[in-house]
Amino acid sequence: MACSASTPLSNTTPPLLRVQDLTTTFQIPGGVVKAVDHVSLELRRGETLGLVGESGSGKSMTALSILRLVQAPGETHGGPIAFNGRPDLLELPEREMRKIRGAEIGFIFQEPMTALNPVFTVGDQIAEALLVHGRATRAEAHAKALELLTAVRIHDPARRARDYPHQLSGGMRQRVLIAIALACQPLLLIADEPTTALDVTIQAEILDLLQEMKEKFHLALLLITHDLGVVAGHADRVAVMYAGRIVEEGAMRDIFHSPKHPYTQGLLASIPGAAPGQRLRAIEGTVPNLAKLPPGCSFEPRCPKRFDLCPTAPPPAYEVVPGQRARCYLYDPKVHGAKAS
Amino acid sequence: MPLLEVRHLVKEFTRKEGLLSRPTVVRAVNDVSFTLDEAETFGLVGESGSGKTTTGRCILRLIEPTSGEVVFRGQNVLGFSRDELRHARRDMQIVFQDPYSSLNPRMRVREIVEEPFIIHKIGSRQERRDRVVELFRLVGLDPATLERYPHEFSGGQRQRIGVARAIALNPSLIIADEPVSALDVSIQAQVVNLLMELQEKMKLAYLFIAHDLRLVEHICRRTAVMYLGRIVEMAETQALFDNPQHAYTKALLSAIPFPDPDHKPVRISLDPKGVDLNAPLRAVAADHWAAV
Repeated sequence: MACSASTPLSNTTPPLLRVQDLTTTFQIPGGVVKAVDHVSLELRRGETLGLVGESGSGKSMTALSILRLVQAPGETHGGPIAFNGRPDLLELPEREMRKIRGAEIGFIFQEPMTALNPVFTVGDQIAEALLVHGRATRAEAHAKALELLTAVRIHDPARRARDYPHQLSGGMRQRVLIAIALACQPLLLIADEPTTALDVTIQAEILDLLQEMKEKFHLALLLITHDLGVVAGHADRVAVMYAGRIVEEGAMRDIFHSPKHPYTQGLLASIPGAAPGQRLRAIEGTVPNLAKLPPGCSFEPRCPKRFDLCPTAPPPAYEVVPGQRARCYLYDPKVHGAKAS
Repeated sequence: MPLLEVRHLVKEFTRKEGLLSRPTVVRAVNDVSFTLDEAETFGLVGESGSGKTTTGRCILRLIEPTSGEVVFRGQNVLGFSRDELRHARRDMQIVFQDPYSSLNPRMRVREIVEEPFIIHKIGSRQERRDRVVELFRLVGLDPATLERYPHEFSGGQRQRIGVARAIALNPSLIIADEPVSALDVSIQAQVVNLLMELQEKMKLAYLFIAHDLRLVEHICRRTAVMYLGRIVEMAETQALFDNPQHAYTKALLSAIPFPDPDHKPVRISLDPKGVDLNAPLRAVAADHWAAV
């Protein structure tokens, strides 16, 4: 596995993507649900940010919000989302946004079985991505499609280009989707659970391929997953989401070796592997209903380290050590350091 | 005597591709044999389509196997009449992967857990009710929620309901088919702990079907690896993980995403052409079998 060392770029490089205070809400009977709640993140070229969370934590909705693909009744507020010299994607007319989606920002979703159109050959579908964005003539597009199929390591690309999606395995379809996402040479690639539907050996191949493509094209990669194992091998930085908020963020190694938020600590401790045959260290309770979030920290009801400050108001993000932030009152300078062990 | 002995199990499916083409026969389970002791956890791992789920269902005859023997407590399940099979199923139960589709949405959860007693005509109405309350406590659910419907519960709680139903009649074998893979990461450990706790209390044996190798390593005493319908390797779990022999096992283990930044696996890829599918299992070490 090509595993990059800690952040390869200095923090002085301006970020390609800078999201500030992004919030996406849904009006439901009886209230407003914040699926994404004041999310801020930065991503530089050549860097992979692993966005980790359980189902319903808001990680996919964060990606859709950045792409402005949130369906009504969802509404995105806040920002700005600064991207590649543009001050705020949220301010762009839809016509401009359409030029960015699939061109400057490529994306891959979880389901390789349904994301391809069953009535067109895969070669046509890759070529289509180029034609839509005016990146090639019809003749050039097909030659380019073959190049892309080669780049994503599909054997015998000329023959595969004439195949229909149902003729390909899940892993091959995901390779085709990566080829489509890369067709217009995006700067940012958003991969939302790109390997969850795949078998473990195929998952490893696809993750290696993404890593390779990231390096080859100097991409910024937003890798969204529920699997900390996926992140450990492939991300430079990690952001952990819980109930719509980023509760911890930092360099990948710091998150794994020295997690600060009790939720991150609990997640890492609950992974099987430490002592076969022993009980796992489970996080008690259940993921909260977004419509009935507790008034303070949303992890408070399940947190083994909760104290009197926790239920008062949602905690801000504290910079615990340089480059690592946690939304947890344990790190409030007014709280004595003794609590944070 | 082992609790369960599966011998040369075969399940063929016939697939008809087109109107005029000849039907093709697919061997989803191809000559599978293994044994499972009382109170043991035996892992069955493999990728989708490897035949692990079909094997589990053939053992309970939820799918009728094509040939082979399934010997449970010394009796061949495949020779049972319908009545005998119904009786045997008191002792062998299944927990399904998806707690969202495996519970009848129109039944109250009390009825779901009570149903096995009614089917097997066990106990009076009051005895059944008392037992359901007991079962709810045993799996960590609040008996105050007995009269609710499945949709009112979270995924983890639903899986607890599925477990309560499976253990209702005090079985000795539970086929756990990916019992936690549909659950959230933070909930998986809770359900795994519940299964381990119940095993100790009730001396349950589990046939644990899973694709999460980290989990299998954690809870299974012995493990078999399936590939294209066959068991290609079988051993004590630790021996299998420490010293895999079959090319497929090596590839599978090298692909596990480890939640450890310093773990840099050497990826071993599998050349399917290099796998001899007709190689028989042979002993490579004590209680370690591989088709090499």
